[in-house]
Amino acid sequence: MTLPEYNFAYLDEQTKRMIRRAILKGIAIPGYQVPFASREMPMPYGWGTGGVQVTAAILGPDDVLKVIDQGADDTTNAVSIRAFFAKTANVATTTKTADATVIQTRHRIPEAPLSAGQVIVYQVPIPEPLRFLEPRETETRVMHGLEEYGLIHVKLYEDIAQHGHIATTYAYPVKVEDRYVMDPSPIPKFDNPKMNGSPALQLFGAGREKRIYALPPFTHVVSLDFEDHPFQVQKFKQPCALCNATGVYLDEVVTDDRGGRMYVCSDTDHCETRRQDGHHGTGLPIAGQETVKEDAA
Amino acid sequence: MTSPILSVRDLERRYGDFIGCTDISFDVWPGEVVAIVGESGSGKTTLLNCISGRLERSSGSIQYHMRDGRFPDLADLSEAERRFLMRTDWGFVHQNPADGLRMRVSAGANVGERLMAIGDRHYGEIRDTATEWLGRVEIAGDRIDDKPVAFSGGMRQRLQIARNLVTRPRLIFMDEPTGGLDVSVQARVLDLLRGLVSDLGLAVVIVTHDLAVARLLSQRMIVMKNGRIVETGLTDRVLDDPHHPYTQLLVASILES
Repeated sequence: MTLPEYNFAYLDEQTKRMIRRAILKGIAIPGYQVPFASREMPMPYGWGTGGVQVTAAILGPDDVLKVIDQGADDTTNAVSIRAFFAKTANVATTTKTADATVIQTRHRIPEAPLSAGQVIVYQVPIPEPLRFLEPRETETRVMHGLEEYGLIHVKLYEDIAQHGHIATTYAYPVKVEDRYVMDPSPIPKFDNPKMNGSPALQLFGAGREKRIYALPPFTHVVSLDFEDHPFQVQKFKQPCALCNATGVYLDEVVTDDRGGRMYVCSDTDHCETRRQDGHHGTGLPIAGQETVKEDAA
Repeated sequence: MTSPILSVRDLERRYGDFIGCTDISFDVWPGEVVAIVGESGSGKTTLLNCISGRLERSSGSIQYHMRDGRFPDLADLSEAERRFLMRTDWGFVHQNPADGLRMRVSAGANVGERLMAIGDRHYGEIRDTATEWLGRVEIAGDRIDDKPVAFSGGMRQRLQIARNLVTRPRLIFMDEPTGGLDVSVQARVLDLLRGLVSDLGLAVVIVTHDLAVARLLSQRMIVMKNGRIVETGLTDRVLDDPHHPYTQLLVASILES
């Protein structure tokens, strides 16, 4: 007797078909949250069940998969999901952004620009941008339907009133094609401009909340702001300590228990590529040395 | 203007076989305050919710005079138009301020919400307008970043009034606006309301069981019992010379001091 085998990419074909229909609808109405019959996946909610289902539905035998978690290819979540699809779909995997055809991501968009033909799949915990201001799902649906988005600015107003600037740094709300307000998943607002006009197809899957939404290539995506408090991305006062890159998103790494820390690229593939190309940073800091912090503005 | 701002004809609202209110016809003219009085269960709040579009009516017509001169039945407006009306041209002051305020966002954002909803995108201007309105309802400017949960009942009610008036509405609905307040705070809120209503030339439909509130604020009065209008007229006339036996009973129930 042989053990039962998984269908290609774990999900059965009917389920994939259902998810593809939701994806197509999402692409047809950029930024609109399409409900779908989210399945139980062999991983806990919060680990990317939505993203995994979207990836499973679009994956073909010739695809090359890259999975990142906070920009890194080597964290538990990324390694597990990559291994999951290597096993259930037998697809090629990679850590190189340029080589991948499908990139599943949690919390980051790769630093290397995406190109036409690539698909990026975001894992989304809470797809509703209005949720923390308006708890009623019936009401938020009407608000999306009637384009009543004053409330989202109430949140930004509160930020400025409390902190003097828009202090939302991740899951920063965007307006898609001048119509739907969308939560871009908890990516840092640093990555928001990368969504605008991207040649890659962007898909968003929320497993627990059972929603799929999408940005087709070259979609107009604007981060919301006030006229006198325009949208700004995080800026860093120093380059990556390993590869000396500037204009990239940096992670803080604590190196000892005496205040030592270093700032390195959160996109590990980008950092490795640069180091192979011969770039070098300052390396490990001396313990206790004063380092420059992330600029709040 | 020579036509009423709101015109209600043969309005009925049923809850199954039970009558919420029936056979209701009246007009509200620009700049006048109409009080709807009656005992608990007389259908006042049902009527108010029906004419403010918060509750479906069973039959009858409610026409509203729009800013552009049209005079449509509210049921003929699209939901988008109705909701737009509710947050620009209309206001609704709840008895419990927590129903009308966002308790978890600051006072300034509460006042500014309607401005942002109609497209204001300049933080400084929104904040200036909010500060001005807080001043008008006698809330100190340095409380602008405090949340309503930190406010007293009277302050919350005044904040709710500011939040409603910031878009310069033409018609305000009030459901027992002073119901939960103690007497001295009540007096202050009423005083404030009376001033704002006459300054801004607002039309107001106010539901109250307190005849003193009606006497102080309203020019005309509608007395309800068992879901029907039993008497209408100028406030002073109804209170000083009540015709219907129920109104006579109501007036006689006021404690003489």
